[in-house]
Amino acid sequence: MTGAAMVRATGLTKRFGGLEAVRGIELDVAPGEVFGFLGPNGAGKSSAMRMIACVSPRSSGSLRVLGLDPDVDGPAIRARIGVVPQQDNLDAELSVRQNLEVYGRYFGLSRARVRRRAAELLEFAQLTDRAESPVEQLSGGMKRRLTIARSLVNDPELLLLDEPTTGLDPQARHLLWDRLYRLKQRGVTQLITTHYMDEAEQLCDRLVVMDGGVISAEGSPGELIARYCTREVVELRFAPDASRPGAEAFAGVAERVEELPDRWLLYAADGEAVLGAVHRSGVRPRASLVRRATLEDVFLRLTGRSLAD
Amino acid sequence: MSGHSERTPEPSLVPSAPLLRVIPVGSYAGRARTLVLRSALAYRRAWLAFVSGFFEPVFYLLAMGQGLGSLVGQLPGPDGAPLGYAAFIAPGLLAASAMNGAVFDSTYNVFFKLKYSKLYDAMLATPLGPVDIALGEIGWALLRGGLYSAGFLAVMGAFGLLTSPWAVLALPAALLVALAFGAVGMAATSFMRSWQDFDLIQLAIMPMFLFATTFFPLEVYPRPVQLLVECLPLFHAVELMRGLTTGAVSAGLWAHVAYLVVMAVLGGVVAIRRLGTLLLR
Amino acid sequence: MRTVTAPEGGGRVLPGWRAVLVVMEHFWIWYRRGWRATVVSSVVQPLLFLLAFGVGFGSLVDAGGGASQVTGGVSYLVYLAPGLLAMSAVQTAAFESTYPVMSGFKWQQIYWGMAASPLTPGQIAVGHLCWISARMLSAGAVYVLIIGLLGGVVGFGIVLSLLCATLCGTAFAALVMAFASVVRNEGAAFSAFFRFVLIPMTLFAGTFFPVERLPEWVRPIAWATPLWHGTELSRGAALGTLGWWPALGHLVYLVALLALGVGLVRRLFRRRLAI
Repeated sequence: MTGAAMVRATGLTKRFGGLEAVRGIELDVAPGEVFGFLGPNGAGKSSAMRMIACVSPRSSGSLRVLGLDPDVDGPAIRARIGVVPQQDNLDAELSVRQNLEVYGRYFGLSRARVRRRAAELLEFAQLTDRAESPVEQLSGGMKRRLTIARSLVNDPELLLLDEPTTGLDPQARHLLWDRLYRLKQRGVTQLITTHYMDEAEQLCDRLVVMDGGVISAEGSPGELIARYCTREVVELRFAPDASRPGAEAFAGVAERVEELPDRWLLYAADGEAVLGAVHRSGVRPRASLVRRATLEDVFLRLTGRSLAD
Repeated sequence: MSGHSERTPEPSLVPSAPLLRVIPVGSYAGRARTLVLRSALAYRRAWLAFVSGFFEPVFYLLAMGQGLGSLVGQLPGPDGAPLGYAAFIAPGLLAASAMNGAVFDSTYNVFFKLKYSKLYDAMLATPLGPVDIALGEIGWALLRGGLYSAGFLAVMGAFGLLTSPWAVLALPAALLVALAFGAVGMAATSFMRSWQDFDLIQLAIMPMFLFATTFFPLEVYPRPVQLLVECLPLFHAVELMRGLTTGAVSAGLWAHVAYLVVMAVLGGVVAIRRLGTLLLR
Repeated sequence: MRTVTAPEGGGRVLPGWRAVLVVMEHFWIWYRRGWRATVVSSVVQPLLFLLAFGVGFGSLVDAGGGASQVTGGVSYLVYLAPGLLAMSAVQTAAFESTYPVMSGFKWQQIYWGMAASPLTPGQIAVGHLCWISARMLSAGAVYVLIIGLLGGVVGFGIVLSLLCATLCGTAFAALVMAFASVVRNEGAAFSAFFRFVLIPMTLFAGTFFPVERLPEWVRPIAWATPLWHGTELSRGAALGTLGWWPALGHLVYLVALLALGVGLVRRLFRRRLAI
């Protein structure tokens, strides 16, 4: 299994002048896996992705993509992977269909092949009835679907998606997730960066949490929550001007507490029990909520700040 | 720009001014000069582009006056007296550069701000109205064009190409030329749908630059073509300018002035009305 | 989508020349959509320039009699036409390799999409340059037809002029592309380039009159421009007035500029796209 790793990196580092964007990360992505990079903006996710996409030479460390070295075989690797960049770089002056056909030609596909492939991909991206529209007229969600369709033009063995749903409305996101799930079922290995924990939980078999250019944890979403969190979380909100209780008020009530600018988080296996104890101790929050722990809590635990920062 | 103060509270206080009667009420706050200030600020960062505009006609004057002039010698001037080639084309270049600058400012620049940078939308969220915008843009174009023209006149003087005291009037004449072309250009821009349409502007500007007696006198054409050329606005601008810089001043120059004034008024009225409907949909 | 793992399947790495052709194909598909816009610049503009300077201004020159010592006996139109051919190639080069290149990096970002495919930055650069060159050649062919219609052609040498003009334009385009690929702001550098490089070059590099008519201190500047060499070659080919040695000198200069430009632009594209 390890011999056939789609991506393998050891000590992978990227420096821009004095800035170290990626600081020696280790990766091992298996075929058929959906692998996620979860982290805030500026964590180094995109830099890592660009090195794997063979468009950004690494500064040090080793990297193998599909068993090949990007420094030596960049074009050969790029011929077998698909890339969805963070910002759509579709050709705004061409039609939807032309975007697919022209892009396929870059991969050395014959005209006939490209024509057939474009028809299939239009179907897949649910854009068949917009095939002749100029790209400029598409909605954000449609452009994103077209970018994903375009990245599939060469039947890639490995698909790299850099923040695939950032900036989309909820409906467009769900449609995209559905398409990515279908690709997974067909056995396409996927690497996804995101700063949405719900996206990571929905899509990824395994993920790494990245912050400040390093990987701080690795595992499946369930494993990470089990390892770094309790099962449930109690959120307590207080009015901005009211005097808030200090940490000592919750000592002994929960396993762990976090103070955020607008609320307190109390981590415990049984949230309702904790909430009852809080009320009995005389603390009167403006609002309270008991919920299941998420990757956001894992992230907070690991980095001491929330993803939205 | 029509004389009321920055602090005028009511936009529609001056219904008696004749220009304002054709303008929709509430579209003028009397603060067009803030737009001129904005343009000046924006250009402080692109000073090279600003300064470079001055050199273009100077390059033409040097190359054409010296190089082409050596091929043709002297030409008959407006009053029939022989004229060196450099002295012949210099007023033509002055008029043409006033036209080019004004058309560029009032078409490409305005279109970009209108459609892409959404600058005017932001301005209309303030007390400014479409008339402030139109007047402010035209005002800036005039200020810029005036500076360039003054610079070019200075170069002409240094080369000894200004032989008459009438040349003092070439500066206001250049401003009139810029105003006329700027107003018509802005009116045309308000009808533009995409960048493709700008080819039409090129198609209007370039033939005028080449054929409206900038580089050679009207006499080279057969009579029917002469009549055609005499209809072109740049022809009137060039002839007016050439009369002033060479001192061949006659009452006939008023006809050229009248042509340009009519152009400015018509263009201005259309521009202001169209901008109003475009911006305040 | 049933064919995800079909044997005819995925992409492959193209040999260099095919990669360049694929990039050109992209620009061709682009061009097909908007070719009408280029009619003005490639047909109407040359026609007007020829009419204004060749016919209109030319009538002054030919009448004055001062012409024959400059043009070697031919009419001013015949003298001017091959020069305008070279000038128009250089103008096409300047326009096609400034804003479109910046747009490829910044606005439309098509280069980035290409760079994610098996194409290399160097192939993208050369492909775009070859496209610009093809545009110059085709626009120049139209120009030659127009010159012929106005009676400015005296022999088949004009075909050679077309090739020389295209070489000159391509060498210039490679250098301008290299310049455009390091411009990061919104093109203020381009307007300075047009006004301080392109316009003076088209005015002073011998298109309208021999460089010898300029003041002595300006001449070396004109001699350094690619357009002067292109104009000398183009005019020499059309009128048959150029000796072998000067022709060889001009050719070597232009080829050297082209080699320099291609080397530079490939390097700079790599530096910009593979960071």
